Amino acid sequence: MKKTDILEKYPAKMENVLLLLHDLQNNSRMNCLSEKDLSLVAKHMNTTLSTIYGVASYYTMFSLTPRGKHIIRVCRSPVCHCAGVNDVFNELIGILKIDVGATTPDRLFTLETTECLGQCDLAPAMTVDDVTYGNLTAASIATILGRYRKKGASQGD
Amino acid sequence: MIKQHHIALRNVGRIDPASIQDYMDRGGYDALKKALQTASDKVVHAITQSGLRGRGGAGFSTGLKKTYTSQASCVLLECMRYIVCNADEGEPGTFKDRIIMEGDPHLLVEGMVIAAYAVGAERGYIYIRGEYHQSIAMIRNALVQARTHGFLGNNILGSGFSLDIEIKLGAGSYLCGEELTLLESLEGKRGYPRIKPPFPAESGLFGKPTLINNVETLSHIPAIVINGARWYRRLGTETSPGTKIFTISGEVNNPGYAEVQMGVSLRDLIYRFAGGMKDGKPFKAALLGGAAGTFVPESLLDVSMDFDALKAKDAVLGSGAVIVMSNDQPILTMLASILRFFEHESCGKCVPCRVGTKQLVDLLKRLTGADDNRPDHVDALVYQSELMAKTSLCPLGQSPVLAIKSAVRYFRDELEIPPISQSRWR
Repeated sequence: MKKTDILEKYPAKMENVLLLLHDLQNNSRMNCLSEKDLSLVAKHMNTTLSTIYGVASYYTMFSLTPRGKHIIRVCRSPVCHCAGVNDVFNELIGILKIDVGATTPDRLFTLETTECLGQCDLAPAMTVDDVTYGNLTAASIATILGRYRKKGASQGD
Repeated sequence: MIKQHHIALRNVGRIDPASIQDYMDRGGYDALKKALQTASDKVVHAITQSGLRGRGGAGFSTGLKKTYTSQASCVLLECMRYIVCNADEGEPGTFKDRIIMEGDPHLLVEGMVIAAYAVGAERGYIYIRGEYHQSIAMIRNALVQARTHGFLGNNILGSGFSLDIEIKLGAGSYLCGEELTLLESLEGKRGYPRIKPPFPAESGLFGKPTLINNVETLSHIPAIVINGARWYRRLGTETSPGTKIFTISGEVNNPGYAEVQMGVSLRDLIYRFAGGMKDGKPFKAALLGGAAGTFVPESLLDVSMDFDALKAKDAVLGSGAVIVMSNDQPILTMLASILRFFEHESCGKCVPCRVGTKQLVDLLKRLTGADDNRPDHVDALVYQSELMAKTSLCPLGQSPVLAIKSAVRYFRDELEIPPISQSRWR
């Protein structure tokens, strides 16, 4: 979808700004909001770029730097923490060979942390994009990542 | 034998949440029809009489909130009132609202329409956290169906009452679950807390009278309208009537959730509903209410789980989160995780919280090392957190004191001995 079409969907009221930023980010190839995006939003909302930057930079779900195709968010809140989330991190870091916050060189994955995902009965848990995975083990993590890699390869990415 | 008692969960797992017909076949929207034939102040009265208290954590009287909102005087000619549903569930260990939204979204919608009618709100917002993809999809679908069936929109069921409800999304800020911060975020701003008073009932969203209720709270309203306040009061305890969804996680055999009458014991929650301690390990503590909650030791296993009985023991019910720890789990690990959480989620608007949450993490790091002055560091933790509670602007900075003081009260010895292994610190 073209950016102008996305902007058109939202009446020019500040109360729509989070929805608009989500929509722009979800439709961006780099999974992030560029300075140009923020300028477009500022113009659309008839406000300053600094106001929009202030909003976008406050919320952790918005990224102002390019990310990979799939966002892995690992919960590190108390329940998952005590259920051994560090083993999950070690496994992910071992397979992806990147640190938390980084993107794989093939731009397939970005590894992030998140606070409580509300999946505490399945701790430790993570999400890949919109899908939740719980009761994570070293084996299940390898399987999950393998599935995304396979999908990426078959789509020619 | 203690059983579950389902009000908010009455349809969860029994209907297709994507089907309004399934919901209506089980009596769905009957309460709305009944409410619309009743004077709005009578609906408010019934909810007040029921004694329903906010299920988001604070436990404030839902009826009084509605009274204040409906009575709020309108200075401006165009007297707009708003209803906001707080679906920004983010308290660690809590997932009750997600279960309702994913499993029975129409119950929330119906409860919200009734509440809006009661206070005379014409516009509603459901603020859902951005990570709850499934909840967002289910609520979005439910709103479309409700509109098609005339339960939302202009002149609902020919009553002359009109309401529309819109979904707004959060974007990864725990603090936005605090009601005044949520309003800021709804207005499209950074999630910074407001100073109160004024309370939302007087000056809320866009400065207008606003009723803000939690998902679980609103989900109790249809049953109260149908069965009456006296029926509701027979459930639970004298001062905390009704049922509560408890989400039980941590070292139990069957982590999950249960909706039971207020006043259930912690022991029953763990041993009857969560399958007992994992691998039969000894119980050490439970963290009640999530990160903004309190530790309770074995001696409180039989305390009545309701707002006031827990308060009398300096503990909190909060959101209903029960995080169970066995003897294997160091208190220090849990405390470290909680304090790191607050440091990350502090918004930085007020100094006591911005600086204080960092200092608490530093002090905790010293306790995880081989430092000699351990008792001093424990005292400093208590002192700093008390200072923060007195001087911080919003509940976030006022919360670490709960976990810290309860940990020190019951597990001071453990905190003062250098830990054998603290490898899980990150």
